[in-house]
Amino acid sequence: MTALTDLYQEVILDHNKTPRNFRALEGATHSGIGHNPLCGDQLTLYVVVDGGVIREIGFQGKGCAISKASASLMTEAVKGKTTDEAEALFTRFHDLLTGPPDEKADAKSFGKLAVFSGVREFPVRVKCATLAWHTLHSALAGGGAAASTE
Amino acid sequence: MNSTVAPTETALDVAAVRRDFPLLAREAHGHPLVYLDSANTTQKPEAVLRASDRFYREQNANIHRSTYRLSEEATAAYEGARETVRRFVNARSTREIVFTRGTTESINLLATSFGQAFVKAGDEILITGMEHHSGIVPWQLLCERTGAKLRVIPIDDRGDLIMDDLGRLLTERTKLVGVVHVSNALGTINPVKALIGYAHGKGVPVLLDGAQSIPHLGVDVQALDCDFLAFSGHKVYGPTGIGVLYGKESWLSKMPPYQGGGDMIASVSFEKTTYAELPAKFEAGTGNLAGAVALGAALDYVTGLGLPRIAAHEKDLLSYATGRLSEIPGLRIIGTAREKASVVSFVLGDIHPHDVGTILDQEGVCIRTGHHCAQPVMTRYDLPATARASFGLYNTREEVDALVAGLRKVLEVFGA
Repeated sequence: MTALTDLYQEVILDHNKTPRNFRALEGATHSGIGHNPLCGDQLTLYVVVDGGVIREIGFQGKGCAISKASASLMTEAVKGKTTDEAEALFTRFHDLLTGPPDEKADAKSFGKLAVFSGVREFPVRVKCATLAWHTLHSALAGGGAAASTE
Repeated sequence: MNSTVAPTETALDVAAVRRDFPLLAREAHGHPLVYLDSANTTQKPEAVLRASDRFYREQNANIHRSTYRLSEEATAAYEGARETVRRFVNARSTREIVFTRGTTESINLLATSFGQAFVKAGDEILITGMEHHSGIVPWQLLCERTGAKLRVIPIDDRGDLIMDDLGRLLTERTKLVGVVHVSNALGTINPVKALIGYAHGKGVPVLLDGAQSIPHLGVDVQALDCDFLAFSGHKVYGPTGIGVLYGKESWLSKMPPYQGGGDMIASVSFEKTTYAELPAKFEAGTGNLAGAVALGAALDYVTGLGLPRIAAHEKDLLSYATGRLSEIPGLRIIGTAREKASVVSFVLGDIHPHDVGTILDQEGVCIRTGHHCAQPVMTRYDLPATARASFGLYNTREEVDALVAGLRKVLEVFGA
């Protein structure tokens, strides 16, 4: 059960059960729809960007524990950050899940997001953990196209 | 089925059957492999592996083309497999048996070729609300090309077709009915004989998607009187990349070729090409020769065990699994039709099926999670996905117990 308990850590189960910032935002300046065709997970992300800073962020949707917890923890992690900082964090987060294991030592610098390092052992679930981030990326880019994990 | 099936007096010797399937001996995550995903694809018995291997080692040459002995032997093996398929589905003639890549290609062939010959703007194609995507999208593509319309027979809360709607939906505009014999997502066995009779009463031909029924019930195309039947080799213990389209000769002979190329012509000049006779007209290019031969071996294997015995065994597993799963708190079975094949779709409280699948996998239990290539079915029940256990001839009650134990672990992990 070690790999499993690494994957389904208490923080993830908690954010799955009671996701933070789980709401639509009226005055969103950016929004995006994320879709994982493999499992049917869908989420809509709402962002208020002001002066290059993410002031407010919320999401709604359906998904597995990993994708829901990831969206919830992402909203906490990027609120108050500049959009550039958020994008840079996405790149590092993606590396944490897919990069070589020795980078795992760096997990502490991720704060709460470090709980997703266990996803590394479950390659088919990486898409679940990154769906919200892909959606944020596409929402900030403002192209209007739905983000997809495919 | 016809008279060649094995006697049914004795139950299936599952322990012996399992020894025929080398893959079932492997482990997953340190546990014995519990493979409960046969509706997705089946494992392969030695007889199938040997047939494929033997073809490449001893019989391999291109077919229908050369005068040498080896090519004759390859042709005989390939055409022998066609005869095995004919016998298995009880078609009148091997001219009615077209080899394809699988159910999906069979339906695409039909939609393209039948569509070109018989479907125009304003016409309708009638399908059911529980079709696999391969029974939906080829018709949508046809409708886009021609301006025809797709109509759908709805399903009720249990997962049965609402047959009362048939009178309203089947009209003089309907050019073809496509119906899945057994639903891969719900397990429903549809009343296809009645449906075919009703459609024929209005002069409308029927395509049966037999992907899920061929391995569990078998299909007698003359008894059911379906006009077309599509199925895949890999769901009936045969290889991937080989499948069948059965079509009544009266229809196939009126349909234009699907693809052009070698082996499907009588003569070619730049002015005019004439097409080969059935079934070669629909088999352009070199097909999956070894796959066809191995499919023949798979059908022989199933026939040898006896479809009625297989069906009885799977029925026992279905009823045992339905009972055991119902004991699990919060588990809800999706698809409770009156007649069901050995497929159990379910949701476990508000735990997402993907999380269920990941945790079961750690216990060595393989199930399918997701929309099962039947998104409209998921929409019908307002679910993003389900978990699905499906049983084949090699599964056991002990494996159902392993599934149940795994699901209790899921509840434990989620503190439910």
